[in-house]
Amino acid sequence: MAEGNTIAESDVERWREKLLAARDASRPRITVCGGTVCLALASGEVGAALEQALEQQGMHASVEMKTTGCPGLCDQGPLVTIYPQGIFYTKVKPEYCSEIISQTVKNGEIIEHLLYEDPLTGEKIIHITDVPFYKEQTRILLKDSGLIDPYKIEDYIAVGGFRALEKALTEMTPEQIIAEIKRSGLRGRGGGGFPTGVKWELCRTAPGDPKYIICNADEGNPGCFQDRGVIESNPHSLLEGMIIGAYAIGANEGFIYIRHEYPLVVKIIRQAILQARENNLLGENILGSGFNFDIEIQLGAGAYVCGEETALIASIEGRIGEPQARPPYPVTKGLWGKPTTINNVKTWAWIPPIINNGADWFTQIGTEKSKGTTIFSLVGKVKQPGLVEIPMGVTLRHLIERIGGGAPNGKKLIAAQTGGPSGGCIPESLWHLPVDYDSLREAGSIMGSGGMIIMDESICMVEMARYFLDFSKFESCGKCSACREGVRRMYEILDYITRGFGQEGDIELLEELGQAVKIGSLCGLGQTAPNPVLSTIRYFREQYEAHIRDKHCPAGVCKDLVSLDAVKEN
Amino acid sequence: MEIDISKVDAIIDKHSLEHRWLITNLLAIQDEFQYLPQDAIRHVAERMNIPILQVYQVAEFYKVFKLEPPGKHLVSVCRGTACHVRGSEALIERMGDLLKIAPSRTTKDKQFTLDVVNCLGCCALGRVIVIDDHFYVNVTPNEVESILDKYVSNGD
Repeated sequence: MAEGNTIAESDVERWREKLLAARDASRPRITVCGGTVCLALASGEVGAALEQALEQQGMHASVEMKTTGCPGLCDQGPLVTIYPQGIFYTKVKPEYCSEIISQTVKNGEIIEHLLYEDPLTGEKIIHITDVPFYKEQTRILLKDSGLIDPYKIEDYIAVGGFRALEKALTEMTPEQIIAEIKRSGLRGRGGGGFPTGVKWELCRTAPGDPKYIICNADEGNPGCFQDRGVIESNPHSLLEGMIIGAYAIGANEGFIYIRHEYPLVVKIIRQAILQARENNLLGENILGSGFNFDIEIQLGAGAYVCGEETALIASIEGRIGEPQARPPYPVTKGLWGKPTTINNVKTWAWIPPIINNGADWFTQIGTEKSKGTTIFSLVGKVKQPGLVEIPMGVTLRHLIERIGGGAPNGKKLIAAQTGGPSGGCIPESLWHLPVDYDSLREAGSIMGSGGMIIMDESICMVEMARYFLDFSKFESCGKCSACREGVRRMYEILDYITRGFGQEGDIELLEELGQAVKIGSLCGLGQTAPNPVLSTIRYFREQYEAHIRDKHCPAGVCKDLVSLDAVKEN
Repeated sequence: MEIDISKVDAIIDKHSLEHRWLITNLLAIQDEFQYLPQDAIRHVAERMNIPILQVYQVAEFYKVFKLEPPGKHLVSVCRGTACHVRGSEALIERMGDLLKIAPSRTTKDKQFTLDVVNCLGCCALGRVIVIDDHFYVNVTPNEVESILDKYVSNGD
């Protein structure tokens, strides 16, 4: 592969220099968030109003406008930031735009009522870099979110994009790349936590050709949007990671499996692929290296179980998404029976920074067994919900109270739910635990792919378990009877309990059934579906007992069990 | 309903006739007709040489596919976890009461189809309702009626 290797001293580097030379860092720049949520809050209209105001005030030529991906502070949108100062405005409406141009952009004056208010202190904050929500994070994967335009590959190039690819293709052999990833200790970000380098090696050395790689972007977990956040803010980093991975594994074809419920993400990634092809970063003879690789998009059609890798493979093949027994694992027998590596969006996106900075840099972040950072969608009952990137090992309490700002309305927080319908609730008494794969598993939950829903005392844990089981019951593909029938039975018992028909022995029955479903199911969906029940029984048994014995719902949520003096307010 | 079968052919002809394109083709057909008309399904089965039973199996398995024509407006109420803990159940109930239909059904006058969806990724702003691609966020049950009113056509 290395012969006649004249790539790159280097194409990408020269391109970057040219781009940077043409840029004037002191030129005023306005960024507007164009992520799914901000667009839902009419950030498109805000962008148009800013353009119009610039035109009217004769500043169109001197100010650069940029629409960026999601910076993660979703409930404060639409977000507008004015550079070079980094003045940060929240909840911007089109009618404020003329003022923003005439006062802030022209004269550097601050418009008080648009500033972000620290939910902990009530202090108004001017600069984006001083916002505690951002200050407390370690943003590596999300480093460029809010700064670059996801529709422009040039923006990614300008911040160092595809440098890792160039390095991988010119200076490293596939074996060296795999060794580096293994040494970094990177574990799969989809929630399983399997060592990525080991997976790649198994796939590379597995007999059979061709080999395939797949990006799992089927973010079907309710309450999660971190993969959406990563792609919306920087789709090119995902592509770069996949190209490096394909080179290391020996694949020439890759797939991105993405849920159709994210139309904006699909549009952004399609555009990124086109631009990568136009610039010889995908396709034949990438950067003159002799390596060929291309990526296709496969849309998911609304089946949660397709997040499971064997079901996902079946779906790409055009069949119904029923999981298969493993082994054989996809690394030996995957797509069309060929060796296939499936990684989550964030796992792929981690590859470029690791190749750029080396495994030693990566191992310094995080804990002994869980390296790097992780991204959570922090939502539910917190003052400041949003997309948060923290090093592994940060305590839950720090994440929830310091970054999330704690309880929004004075009610006591009682649990953090991670891992969605596959995970469990971690009670407040255990929030001294560090966020990493193993601590969360020991606490009866899982890391999952990054959803974290904070719950306060107004939430009934039995009803929550019922909700998750309802979800799993609906999403079960029906192949294994333990999952198909067992989850349904568990749901029915929970439903009875929440309606006041609980009986002595129900808790024990749920525990027994839960174990049976776990053992008797082929795939992750069934194996983990009982977790929300088992973990809430473990930590909130008294709530179950109150429902069953006293026909009383302590949180006042279950309608049939609410006494008049406990009418709930929201 | 009569459909223009040449549109189905145009969709199929974009790719090879391999089985792997089945879901892609069905998605494109649904984009074209807003649902999967029987004739289109039969045509796909014939042209791709896949037993019609298998095509129906796929169409039934994946929740995005609709086998009946939907109403003029598509109402999606999110019941993802973040929306749920903020009380989306009450929204779903209110929407069902107002439209007088259960989730996944279409009103008699073919104006509205009600979908309850798992997560739209707007968790920080739950409770979320989407009507014809327009997002309504932080919706309270009391607001549901006035939101719906915007879509009730005059004279109905």
